[in-house]
Amino acid sequence: MIPVCRLDDLPAGESVRVDTTPPIAVFNADGELYAIDDTCTHQDASLSEGWLEGCLIECPLHAASFDLRTGLPTCLPARRPVRTHRVTVDDGVIHVHLAAEEGTAA
Amino acid sequence: MRTVTVVGASLSGLYAARELRAQGFDGRLVVVGDEPHHPYDRPPLSKDFLTGRADEARLALADAEETAELDAEWLLGVRARGLDSRGRTVLLHDGRTVSTDGVVIATGASARRLPGDGLVGVHTLRTLDDARALRTELSRGPRSVVVIGGGFIGAETASSCAGLGHEVTVVEAAPLPLVPQLGPEMAAVCAALHRRGGAGLVTGIGVAGLRGSGTVTGVELSDGRVLPADVVIVGIGAVPNTGWLAGSTLALHDGVLCDDGCVTALPQVVAVGDVARVGGARAEHWTSATEQPRVAVRNLLAGRTVESARSLPYFWSDQYGARIQFAGRRHAADTVRITEGALDDGAPAEGGFLALYERGGRTTAVLSIDRPRPFMKARRELARSEDPVERAGAVAS
Repeated sequence: MIPVCRLDDLPAGESVRVDTTPPIAVFNADGELYAIDDTCTHQDASLSEGWLEGCLIECPLHAASFDLRTGLPTCLPARRPVRTHRVTVDDGVIHVHLAAEEGTAA
Repeated sequence: MRTVTVVGASLSGLYAARELRAQGFDGRLVVVGDEPHHPYDRPPLSKDFLTGRADEARLALADAEETAELDAEWLLGVRARGLDSRGRTVLLHDGRTVSTDGVVIATGASARRLPGDGLVGVHTLRTLDDARALRTELSRGPRSVVVIGGGFIGAETASSCAGLGHEVTVVEAAPLPLVPQLGPEMAAVCAALHRRGGAGLVTGIGVAGLRGSGTVTGVELSDGRVLPADVVIVGIGAVPNTGWLAGSTLALHDGVLCDDGCVTALPQVVAVGDVARVGGARAEHWTSATEQPRVAVRNLLAGRTVESARSLPYFWSDQYGARIQFAGRRHAADTVRITEGALDDGAPAEGGFLALYERGGRTTAVLSIDRPRPFMKARRELARSEDPVERAGAVAS
């Protein structure tokens, strides 16, 4: 479980990049929080710096688009999904639960 | 149409094949490619592929499943050598012919060569085979590398070579590289990246010739100086691959002449990508090559031009750890100003910057170095302001 920032510091329409390995991007899509792997599966670009519209994030480099709910690409040039991660808010702080860690948490 | 032949099996050719199927063409689809490889992405060749960060598997543009779904006949490793006057027969170099009802010309461009570049150690960087050869040579220990041409390919390749620990000098004939693309002020900023990245930059001096017998030993400049080199990379632009169309009825002038919808003088022949001069302009941009096929295929299947492919030009370049992004249509008289971020000793400061090109109070283009987010916003606004539908709406409201 990784603390990200205070919920108040991530208003709707905003995103933040978490410097994990690999990095994670957390989005506030009109009040819903989503976390995905930050690096576009097409080529090296940070999705946290992309264009957020509804539940879709468009890559800032080549306009590949991913659905934040599933991680699936919705158009070319991306063909592989990004991993999605579970997000919780505890005491006003956003936390990301890495997908690979699920099931091993106590 | 029962058969459509896509001549060219790179980015725009693959996108055209995809569009044909996506738009309901269920006939025979033939794809002809002069390289033996299935479609691969070229931009990484000068960057992550050259430095070894990406292998060949990462370059593939389509996986086996998608390739199977396209249900195309792939004629790879064979060059087209002609198109008959009615545009109904594609002639191949090995003597075969393909009878066809529609043709998508997607033959791209080839690296411009330098006289005497047959010496060992002299490279161009356009194809996977080019990149393999250069990568192998660069892996043989420290080299003295001279890059001829300071354009995007030259700069990216120089950056990769410097990153690999080679000694690099870039030679540019113009007083500054990239002036036609970026204008003098921003071209100077990009030139500073070479210095920052540890590469030498020699400008305003042409190349008189290559030195060496059998193997290259140096590059002779027009002022008589000789730069010692055991690797020379020639990055002096690309020429559209139209030679094979010489006997056809198509109009050729620095590309295949098309209307705004990628349609040639023959309604059943369209052209896309680097080889296509669409509505008077030829772009060698990755994004154009991915956007034009949708419109070209729509017009091909309609039998006439029903849609225009005039989208906002966009390109990017990664060099010396900086990401350059540019969108719009800049003219020589436009002014440019930095609206976010700053310069530091003539180079981009930490955190990069955003610059707007303007004419008569209107933004014409936008440039960013390491500022992807505001760039994306500015690029979208530019695209919207160019869109005739949006413009009509703005006038009406």
